[in-house]
Amino acid sequence: MAMSGAPLLEPETAQVSRRPSRLPVAWLVAIAVFVTFWLYGKPLFPAAFDYPKAYVIKLAKWISSAMKWLINEASFGLFSFTDLTRFISAVLDVPYTLAASLLSTGFLEGSGSSAIQLLPPLPWIAVIGLVMLLGHWLGGMRLSLLAGGCFLFLAVFGQWTSAMITLASILVAAPLGVVFGLLFGVAAWRWHWVERMVMPLLDLMQTIPVFAYLVPVLFLFGFGPTAAVIATLIFATPPMTRISILSLRAVPSEITDLGHMVGCTERQMTWRVMVPAARESLMVGMNQVIMLSLNMVIIASMIGAGGLGFDVLAALRRLDFGAGLEAGFAIVALAIAMDRLSQAAAEKLSAPSPDTQASGLVARHPYLVAALALLIATTALGYVIPGIRTYPEALQLSTGTFWSEVVAWININYFDTLEAIKNAMLINVLIPFKRFLGDLPWLGVTVFLGFAGYRLGGWRLGLLTLCLPLFIAATGQWEKAMITVYLCGISALFASLIGIPVGIIAATRDRLWSWVQLAIDTLQTLPSFVYLMPAVMLFRVGDFTAMIAVVAFAIAPAIRYTALGIRKVDPKLIEASRAMGCTEWQILTRVRLKLALPEILLGLNQTIMFALSMLVITALVGTRDLGQEVYIALTKADTGRGLVAGLSIAAIAIIADRLISAGASRARHRLGLE
Amino acid sequence: MTIPEAKLVCRNVWKLFGAEAEEFLVSHDGHPDTDAIAAAGLVGAVRQVDLDVHEGEIFVIMGLSGSGKSTLVRLMSRLIEPTGGDVLFKGENLLKASQSRMIEIRRHQMGMVFQHFALLPHLTVLDNVAFPLDIQGMDRAAREARAREMIELVGLAGKESAFPRQLSGGQQQRVGIARSLAVEPEIWFLDEPFSALDPLIRREMQDEFMRLQTKLHKTIVFITHDFDEAIRLADRIAIMKDGEIVQAGTPEEIVLTPATSYVAEFTRNVARAKVIRTRSLMKDAQGDEENGARISARANIAEAAPLFLDGAPHLGVTDDDGRVIGRLDREAVVSLMLQG
Ligand SMILES: Nc1ncnc2c1ncn2[C@@H]1O[C@H](COP(=O)(O)OP(=O)(O)O)[C@@H](O)[C@H]1O
Ligand SMILES: [Mg+2]
Repeated sequence: MAMSGAPLLEPETAQVSRRPSRLPVAWLVAIAVFVTFWLYGKPLFPAAFDYPKAYVIKLAKWISSAMKWLINEASFGLFSFTDLTRFISAVLDVPYTLAASLLSTGFLEGSGSSAIQLLPPLPWIAVIGLVMLLGHWLGGMRLSLLAGGCFLFLAVFGQWTSAMITLASILVAAPLGVVFGLLFGVAAWRWHWVERMVMPLLDLMQTIPVFAYLVPVLFLFGFGPTAAVIATLIFATPPMTRISILSLRAVPSEITDLGHMVGCTERQMTWRVMVPAARESLMVGMNQVIMLSLNMVIIASMIGAGGLGFDVLAALRRLDFGAGLEAGFAIVALAIAMDRLSQAAAEKLSAPSPDTQASGLVARHPYLVAALALLIATTALGYVIPGIRTYPEALQLSTGTFWSEVVAWININYFDTLEAIKNAMLINVLIPFKRFLGDLPWLGVTVFLGFAGYRLGGWRLGLLTLCLPLFIAATGQWEKAMITVYLCGISALFASLIGIPVGIIAATRDRLWSWVQLAIDTLQTLPSFVYLMPAVMLFRVGDFTAMIAVVAFAIAPAIRYTALGIRKVDPKLIEASRAMGCTEWQILTRVRLKLALPEILLGLNQTIMFALSMLVITALVGTRDLGQEVYIALTKADTGRGLVAGLSIAAIAIIADRLISAGASRARHRLGLE
Repeated sequence: MTIPEAKLVCRNVWKLFGAEAEEFLVSHDGHPDTDAIAAAGLVGAVRQVDLDVHEGEIFVIMGLSGSGKSTLVRLMSRLIEPTGGDVLFKGENLLKASQSRMIEIRRHQMGMVFQHFALLPHLTVLDNVAFPLDIQGMDRAAREARAREMIELVGLAGKESAFPRQLSGGQQQRVGIARSLAVEPEIWFLDEPFSALDPLIRREMQDEFMRLQTKLHKTIVFITHDFDEAIRLADRIAIMKDGEIVQAGTPEEIVLTPATSYVAEFTRNVARAKVIRTRSLMKDAQGDEENGARISARANIAEAAPLFLDGAPHLGVTDDDGRVIGRLDREAVVSLMLQG
């Protein structure tokens, strides 16, 4: 922008001169029209308040029939669609069975309860030893101990078998996700038309809630670990694709020029120059894929992934808090180990490794040799001493009863308090807000959103924010969508009310900030399932519980973006303001917060996205929104119903995202930051 | 002196960035003025450039940031496709060359050094230098031998297995230079090779560069935004402003007769003694120069002056191979120095 050089020290005057004066008037008129319509329009236009049943588009039915046709009749000539899905399952089943046999079940002959174990799985000591070796190789002693400690935790608390099943799924899904993501990313970088096709798809897939992926996968690939691996792949590949595209684009143009100048062919250019040059950021993608895979493998327990996710799910269904919390802690341990290991791997692998000049197998590959020795020794010893092969049950600690007692104790002593808090919130905040949203005329909301989009981002955005609510109403989901909006809105509000002040306080205190950062980094590595358990434990099921879990999940971005935004403000500006005699309070409100506003808005955006993705999972604790629709669809394997509800959630996410982004970019312009 | 042949020729070369630039250029008969370009929302990065680079010379393109130097040098190797005009390399029109022919030419006849070095972070110094040869498909032993030779040449022997991030800026650029020379290019492009370095290092690298050139006699296109660097290194200079070449000529011509007030701004503070070469002031040799002090024909008068301090009446002037080709008299030097 031409005004980008405007002095930052005079935001007040700059703002006045740049803000078009008619803007607030237009908004006021629009709001007045909307409110009038809402209050007095009902008798005149009932159809604008309740979408007429006769006009509901039966999209869900159509999709379901299409899927049925795919499965029963579709054919590519030589083979049918079902052959294709069976083939994919069979191919993925090979590495999964291998990983699961190695880590958990052992190699079996036959199936079911009559199966005979030919070979035992890896001894638990061997797995821990391998993890520690890996940790040592990647990041030294501390990492080795941390990773080993996390895995030992799994063994000691009796979560070993489940955890290894979960790990096996990840070991198959994550590498494939990385490879596919990279290939798509490279293709999109190389061919413009691929990018044009892939990008909108990526945008959509990022906003569709995870449950919605599960429904068609369940329908096409059945129930079981292989289907779960496929769902995980579908979930983890898009972010890797996006990161690949971004990293390849971020390679300095001089490097591209170099590639051309030395006469690279297209293929050499891609694999010898671009991909290696982008290695560092690609590795960041790898870490993300691993963590997303973990999250998804846990959720995919609903379509038969088994493992820790299944334990949590089963405990939730039984309301067995002890078992649920134990499995939850195990997930946390696994998540921490995988996150730290993959971060260290990213660092290690993106830094070039010097050629070792040493000769001899042991000197050149000390870790490999140690790992082999460990495997052989523990396997051999395992035949003699059973405690080496499987962790002895006598030494297992179960905290399940302990946790159940804690919950019981809380409920005995604090039941009334908790219940009072819950009811007060429900009666005074949640229910009125829910009613308010439920009363709004769908047509009014749709038009108003279209208007907001037009004002903030031009006619294209306006058209988008007009059509998406229309889609929701036309597919007959307006009421459920409003419940989603209410739960998401109220959770995002509370997350912001807590997160933004925390961010402000932490931002200017370096020590505190490093602690807060560690806390939110760790919170963000935890699979969303984990958040449900404590909330259910204290408040049982219902909207309030869902809200608590969502707030806990969505608070991290609110804190992070606020703090980062404030920390990014130029220190010279703060100094200058201090020199002009501003009080600390004035500096905070007039300078820091003002300049951090765009960043805080982005944080709000992320908070809403997080809230939506968590909200769907809270369907397990009995909400009545679109998430519940998806969940029901999942239990009935009703693809159409699940997808339509999923798309509606995506529509809500897209509306919020685009409107807030447009608002943030306007704010940046106004502040002369762009 | 014989007139050297032109190795690389640009004829009426244009580069306009923006949508439908080619149609725009054609519709303006190939010569749109600045206003028309701006009105069409295009960026006139390179406009109507004619120049020829001779065999064995250092041709410097000098201009302030944004004047189009990088774009021009990339047009010369067709890293950027020109909007209009012709680029001839050894008589061959590069713009008519096929993709595979361009790969061939770049692999074997062109070398380029970049402002920010453009080293591949995952390769060692040795592998970086050997990279162009590897791309050509040369076998490992041969390419590493050649790479070691080049590393030796730029004075980095012993650093072969270091990684770029372990080197200082000056060392990194030496790697860049070694890499660009590994294929024995016929034309050598350097895009602000020393601009990212500290002044002291820059000076050292310039000396190093001149040392290499007296050995290698490459045909060089050297880009810089530093006028002092230009007159130190150049056989000929082209000064760019807003995508156009405003003046081209030897450093002496430019300093002594700046074509526009814009050029004069650069030359105003340049001492003549630092520009005028001994070659321009020397007289024919008389045969008795062999035993006295000597100076290179490329050196400038300011560098020659200290050699007169011990009272010598004249110096022998030598060419790149060390042969005496003339003599420089004390009086000529003194009178030039007095002019300032
Ligand atoms: N890819 C591009 N697209 C649009 N404009 C460009 C592009 N590359 C360079 N320019 C513009 O062309 C002009 C010349 O740039 P450049 O050749 O990089 O200048 P220099 O190397 O002399 O600093 C600048 O105004 C720059 O903004
Ligand atoms: Mg440049």
